[in-house]
Amino acid sequence: MSILVDKNTRVITQGITGSEGSKHTNLSLEYGSNFVGGVTPKKGGMMWKATSGKELPVFNTVAEAVAKTGADASMLFVPPGLAADAIMEAADAGIKLIVAITEGIPVLDMAKAKRFLQTKPDCRLIGPNCPGIITPGQCKIGIMPGYIHKPTEPGKTGIGIISRSGTLTYEAVFQLSSMGYSQSTCVGIGGDPIIGTNQIDLLKMFEEDPGTEAILMIGEIGGDAEERAAAYVAQHVKKPVAAFIAGKTAPPGRRMGHAGAIASTSAGTAKEKVAALEKAGIAVAATPADLGDAVQRAIAAKKK
Amino acid sequence: MKVHEYQAKELLAAYGAPVPKHVVCKTADEVGAAFDQLSNGGGAVVKAQVHAGGRGAGQLMGYADKLGGVKFVPTKEKAKTVAEAMLKHSLKTKQTGPEGQKISTLIVQADAEPAKEFYVGMVLDRSVGLPMVMASAEGGMDIEEVAAKHPEKILKVHVAPETGLLPFQAQKLAFDLGFSNEQIGSVVKILMALSKVYFEKDASIVEVNPLAVTKKGDVVVLDAKIDFDDNATFRHKDVQALRDMGEENPTEIRAAKASLNYIQLDGNIGCLVNGAGLAMATMDIVNHHGGSPANFLDVGGGVTAENAVEAFRIILSDDKVKAIFVNVFGGIASCARIAEALVKAGREVGFKIPVVVRLEGNEVEKAREILNSVKDELPAIRVAKGLTEAAKLVVELAK
Repeated sequence: MSILVDKNTRVITQGITGSEGSKHTNLSLEYGSNFVGGVTPKKGGMMWKATSGKELPVFNTVAEAVAKTGADASMLFVPPGLAADAIMEAADAGIKLIVAITEGIPVLDMAKAKRFLQTKPDCRLIGPNCPGIITPGQCKIGIMPGYIHKPTEPGKTGIGIISRSGTLTYEAVFQLSSMGYSQSTCVGIGGDPIIGTNQIDLLKMFEEDPGTEAILMIGEIGGDAEERAAAYVAQHVKKPVAAFIAGKTAPPGRRMGHAGAIASTSAGTAKEKVAALEKAGIAVAATPADLGDAVQRAIAAKKK
Repeated sequence: MKVHEYQAKELLAAYGAPVPKHVVCKTADEVGAAFDQLSNGGGAVVKAQVHAGGRGAGQLMGYADKLGGVKFVPTKEKAKTVAEAMLKHSLKTKQTGPEGQKISTLIVQADAEPAKEFYVGMVLDRSVGLPMVMASAEGGMDIEEVAAKHPEKILKVHVAPETGLLPFQAQKLAFDLGFSNEQIGSVVKILMALSKVYFEKDASIVEVNPLAVTKKGDVVVLDAKIDFDDNATFRHKDVQALRDMGEENPTEIRAAKASLNYIQLDGNIGCLVNGAGLAMATMDIVNHHGGSPANFLDVGGGVTAENAVEAFRIILSDDKVKAIFVNVFGGIASCARIAEALVKAGREVGFKIPVVVRLEGNEVEKAREILNSVKDELPAIRVAKGLTEAAKLVVELAK
């Protein structure tokens, strides 16, 4: 089992003819994801050719792509100035899961897109500014390296991952796979101040997913999403939860790469977040080398 | 992107907010002339223009008397002496860091004689993804401190991005803050200007702190701060024109040109990492094992030889750096390509201090072979296997 995506998910790429869109459609196809088409305005009618020789139809609009291919998910590589509009287009066309990889979308564009998405309750946005989502062995929608993941065998359980960061997630997955832990689904929720799906949404899904044994939540400075997630875990999550917060040494008032990774002297700090997570009984990793061990500790603590 | 107080006020004034007159000056003589123009017998205020808060409570570095970045001056002579001191000495505040900030621009404004101070600001409420106006009768203070200690003293109103702040919302806030019937109009003007600047110019913070009521009962914008969303400046030429490169760290500007995300810190271990989250976590693990990071540096998803060379040059331009920690997780990019980039960088830049390399991921074995083959040529490169081992080693070598 898994959450949100599996081998039946039918995916299109918005921005399939661009260099990044093309590259990652290829890599996701090689991983085994079920891509059924792509969208690039004014390039409708052409066929996009994968390195494997497979061809996918390109459409001018998402609505046309959905009508002709039955796509239910979208991987979005549209440039930042146009990305929020492309997100709303996908939602309007009936796409159920939009995975927005694009980094650098203006915040107010996302504020408008978020309002629009509230009128589409069947649609979920992951990201933007994220590596994407993967259910190992079944479906990869995004830019993460597929080979580091360990699929969960049918009838068994794996670790669910929720992360605001890219490479730090790969680090976590690598450690877990090396230790023998498979993953159920890994979701990069994105490093921007406004994102479509937050930690609590996913904690709820992982808690309900029979294929998920434990949850690893990777956060960073900025905002109070981890604090709110910690409060949710304390009240509603029975499965083992481990966490890590990046940015203990980040100077206040500076944006640490991600648009959303900014703490002041008194708000959004790593110290506050770690304290909230520990208070909720979550096993917090001391360093990025300790991510896998923290999951192990969380599982062991629940078995006692 | 940050701008100066005078730029923020001029923008708010252009959107209809009542802002006291000021004159922007670059020399003490200009300050003297501006004093004559504005003082009106009651003195004036000289304010240093730097991109840092806490100016009033700050101190000019190396200046004998107590003097920060904001000073009331009763006479023209005093105005000129204060201006000279400010232009000569860097200003240190709780937001500038220990090195302080050089002052090259001052403003002079008539003394507004504030009787009561309020706070109004517009920021994003990340928890709901909507902008909000925050207002408080506790003006002149750090709003985050007020928020932490007395959350009940802050009024909050969410604003829909499709409409902006609505006049009735502004009016209700003004009444709730306790303004008189005569003052409501000016307060609404300020709040509406706040919202217009926020939405029309893609600001991320617009703050009026303090919004002052003068002894005469007028409501004015006494100090203002605006930050703009870096992701949106591409569509605002006028906002781009407000950028003052003199306020920014030159090394950080250089890094940005090479598409490197670099922030200078005060430790002695240079860090070169791919990905922002891992870059932060790398600083943290250095710190965890007793070291002190010299910088945050995210070279991005794919490390190329070109940006690796420039990244090393930038790290090494800081002479505090005693050792370098390269921590790269090769996801899609091959570790072998990253190792080749490191070798090229070593040959071009010349490593005189230890460079601890920790690579993991795609083609890592091949990468270790490449680095091993240049052991004699580039002895500064030390390959570590695990993340913890690498962090401990670099901390030891930097001592």
